Amino acid sequence: MTPATSSGSAKVTLPTDEQILITREFNAPKHLVYKAYTTPELVERWWSGQRGKVTSAEIDLRVGGMWRYVMLVTCGVNEGLEVGFHGEFREIVPDEKLVTTEVYEGYPDAAALDTVTFTEVDGRTLLEILVQHESKEHRDAHINSGMEDGMQEAFDGLEQVAVGLITS
Amino acid sequence: MARAATTADAFNAVAEPRRRQILDALAGGERAVNDLVGVLGLAQPQVSKHLRVLREVGAVDVRDEGRQRLYRLNGQALKPIHDWVKNYERTWAERFDELDAVLEDLKRKEQDT
Repeated sequence: MTPATSSGSAKVTLPTDEQILITREFNAPKHLVYKAYTTPELVERWWSGQRGKVTSAEIDLRVGGMWRYVMLVTCGVNEGLEVGFHGEFREIVPDEKLVTTEVYEGYPDAAALDTVTFTEVDGRTLLEILVQHESKEHRDAHINSGMEDGMQEAFDGLEQVAVGLITS
Repeated sequence: MARAATTADAFNAVAEPRRRQILDALAGGERAVNDLVGVLGLAQPQVSKHLRVLREVGAVDVRDEGRQRLYRLNGQALKPIHDWVKNYERTWAERFDELDAVLEDLKRKEQDT
């Protein structure tokens, strides 16, 4: 479902070999985007997208507090699979910024550090999620985890240039 | 998806940092080999070698103009890499579409109070 208020789709870029940057603008003030991002009952409604449903969302919103989301995949080759993610909050600036670790439980060695910023302009909010991995291998594995066609190879060498230029 | 362990596909072609620098440099437009030598600070034979690999996978095109060989990007050849990231992007796009709906609810509730 794409509401009439949709502000365009997510943009993913790879600023460095170890990073992923996800950006999207929302037609809502930042305190509401922050609320939707940090309230378990609300996360349950959006975090799985159209590929599954959230079976558990726990958020202990304080520095040192843990969060954990579990999604049941309901379509595609991974149907029936439960995938869990968890992390620990490192920095919290209400309505502005979150810094948290992120671990995909299917690949627990690759902990990432996510910096999430909420920037409001004229009642609209730019959400930026910067995912910092420890290595390119982990970063690539992270991107592969979002794929459903089984292409599991950790591809070598990839940069924003290759992405941005296709459409230009 | 299996792929050859050579430089004969786009993934391998851009695996080499220098070749990514070349692609970066060509992002701004067509350039002569000598230009690239200056930008990269490499010897010309090395630059030519990298350009050959990029040409083999179709990532760059070349044309002669007078005594110069001019190279430019061919984005289409990089499409497999683009698609790889696109799939991940779609996951987020779907999430955010749902988040739009949640936000509409929150806005409505805020107006009601």
